[in-house]
Amino acid sequence: MYTLNFNENICKTCPNGDCLVKCQYMNFNKDQAIHEMIAIAEGKDSPVLRDCVTCYACEEYCRRGNHPFYLITERREEKGILTAPRAITRQWINIGEPRGKYRRGKIKDKLLSLGFMPELLNLVQGKLFEDVLPSFVFGQEFFCNVVYIHFADTSIIKERLPQVLENFRKLAVKEVVCLHDECFGAFSSLAPAYGMEVPFKPIHYFEYLYGRLQDLAKEIQPLHIKAAYQRPCSSRLSSHTHHFVRDILDLIGVELVDRTYQDENALCCGDILGMNYGYELRHDVQTRNIDDMVEHGAEYCVFNCSACQNVLSAKVAKRGIKPIHLIDLCRMAIGEKPSMEVS
Amino acid sequence: MTDIFGQLARIVGERFVSNNPEEIFFYARDPGLMPAHKPDYVVVPKTAEEIQQIVRLAGKERIPLVPMGAGMSLTGLVIPLKGGIVIDMKRMNGIIEVNEKARYVIVEGGTSQGALKAYLEKHYPRLRHSIPDSPATATVASNTMIHGQGRLSQQYGFNSDMVSGLEVVLPSGEICRIGSCALSPYWFSKGAPLPDLTGLFLGWFGATGIITKIALKLYPRKKMRDVEIFVTDRDDLVSDMVYEITHTEMVEDITIFAQPMPMIFKDNHHITLFITGDTEEELEFKRKMVWSCLDRFIKSKDGGFMSVPPVMKPTLLDMPQRSVSRFADVKKGGGFEYSGPIIPVETYPECARKVMDLASTYDLGYSAMARIIGRSHCMMFGFAFTFNRADEDMMERTRKALEEVSTFAIELGGVFWKPTIDEQRLALEKMDPVTRDLMKMIKGNLDPRSIMNPGNWEVA
Repeated sequence: MYTLNFNENICKTCPNGDCLVKCQYMNFNKDQAIHEMIAIAEGKDSPVLRDCVTCYACEEYCRRGNHPFYLITERREEKGILTAPRAITRQWINIGEPRGKYRRGKIKDKLLSLGFMPELLNLVQGKLFEDVLPSFVFGQEFFCNVVYIHFADTSIIKERLPQVLENFRKLAVKEVVCLHDECFGAFSSLAPAYGMEVPFKPIHYFEYLYGRLQDLAKEIQPLHIKAAYQRPCSSRLSSHTHHFVRDILDLIGVELVDRTYQDENALCCGDILGMNYGYELRHDVQTRNIDDMVEHGAEYCVFNCSACQNVLSAKVAKRGIKPIHLIDLCRMAIGEKPSMEVS
Repeated sequence: MTDIFGQLARIVGERFVSNNPEEIFFYARDPGLMPAHKPDYVVVPKTAEEIQQIVRLAGKERIPLVPMGAGMSLTGLVIPLKGGIVIDMKRMNGIIEVNEKARYVIVEGGTSQGALKAYLEKHYPRLRHSIPDSPATATVASNTMIHGQGRLSQQYGFNSDMVSGLEVVLPSGEICRIGSCALSPYWFSKGAPLPDLTGLFLGWFGATGIITKIALKLYPRKKMRDVEIFVTDRDDLVSDMVYEITHTEMVEDITIFAQPMPMIFKDNHHITLFITGDTEEELEFKRKMVWSCLDRFIKSKDGGFMSVPPVMKPTLLDMPQRSVSRFADVKKGGGFEYSGPIIPVETYPECARKVMDLASTYDLGYSAMARIIGRSHCMMFGFAFTFNRADEDMMERTRKALEEVSTFAIELGGVFWKPTIDEQRLALEKMDPVTRDLMKMIKGNLDPRSIMNPGNWEVA
């Protein structure tokens, strides 16, 4: 059985309690934060176990690599504290169940992992991906299953993720370019935290894109637009890749507006908040987030996660902001037509 | 020997009468599971006057008459059980009048749902009717004749409740107007403040007369529509959830479904809510009201709103929903039939469990589906099974499952919707004898020769 590598002593010597002090959905001071995390580590009850909205951000806030969110998730599961309605959890578990219907291209040493996000199938086109395609995989068999931490269900991850890793091992690939943060987080953060061996080098698609854009530098026509970036929850599992957003946008002539809810302070798209906690929380978070984009003059809202894009596209468009995925934006910069109409 | 074919040809024209085997074959059956029975003739009249002449001929010769819309009931209601003449109404497909301010439309007896929808969208974009989820070729008149339901049934009741006038050819051959149109040029009411005589025809499946014109109430069409799906694993809470939603009076339509495929829908019950608005603010206000009314179920973790991706919305918002056709081919071979009793919403858990039990017992693909009628006044619960038409054994298992549904539904307090002949018999047996005698009296007086769709609503 896989167990979480969590060191309570790291919390005991924590100088700032950032994991909870910086939380945007709960209010704790430094001493309370440290106290609560130690209590949680010791298996005691804590308001955190009931009030955490599963934004994942504490995984980033903890600069000492102690995985506070994974611990909260473990303890919730042990105590039977549900984050989501049971039916919603069941629905998501059913969706991710391997069905033997995965797709794979012509596999090479390096491949693109589309996880199980159908939207990505249309996104990966053109020059940006021509040095890796048609080497790709898509389907439940290659779906990281990390989303279940939203539902305080690590058991299903521990059951399925090793099989996913085994499926990759059978492909004998050396590098996997992950087109979704959650997959990259699974292979670079969660699997190691549980002592699972990852048989390849995971590469975040930000890094891949940045490299490709440098290769194609002569073809880049700066876009000269102002954009807000919608940071997804799962990027918190691999915050060391976040700098690439700015790096990439700089390369293609996109100015990232300096708004309140960005970088560490980014707000969730609201989808999980709505499913798990209802209208008010979702509405409040989405309204603050989009108002912030509007107030700071964003012309585009750049998405990294297709799920965020599904949830917020129509809402930002109604406020006069064009929704676009980062990959499409990069394709526009090299003169290609984006996969989705930008309106 | 009377030349029936020749007389029919003189009435409707030779092109519009047939006794050719290939056409007789087609008119002998519907897409459901009921056994076929051939008519002797098929006619396709163009006017009410032609129908009058056909009815008089049939009366004189004592030939059974079966009026037919698109033949989509699935329960054999237009299968000519005793042969005779099938009157296919499809040439009487005109839209006669729209009274925009009084919000009603008058159409001919063979006008299809799709034609009316398209006409209103083009010419009266602020008006709509209650579109059922049957194929677009289903006719307005036949849908009200079976007390159909549609997109507006949660707000305004059965589609037959939205009728505001009828023109009927009686079994005597006379044309009769029912409602305000009997004494006024306006077709605004099917009865009130007069005695409501539509009950002599609606629900009778053509056994008391043939509808040649029908007026239907129209309702405001909002500029925007959206859909939300509330998911629960507690079938016993579904009626409570529906009660809360209907209390808000904020939704256009409520349907419920539970099915094992695709995987996203497995193990749960889905309450689909449609909301409308003329502005973003109106739509969002309604969304907030609906979400908030279910807050206690979200807090108790007994249910939640699922994420409905944009790619799924067009299918859900489609009118009629084409997904029903896709369900029909799950087992390949295109077979689909359901029994849909009208039943209190509180019986949802028993019905949902029964459909799953039957699917397991008879090894069938299934879908449980319900539409709320009125403010939770009742629901149509569809025990739906899919089968391969090339697989006789599977068809027989489906028949058996549906027979069990009939007994189950009536014992649970339900009333059959568009019942098969066997279900009509069951209903008549169960019925209060005085009510049954009243039906017999009505039928006997209106159709003394028993020529109108014989076999249906026949009280022994």
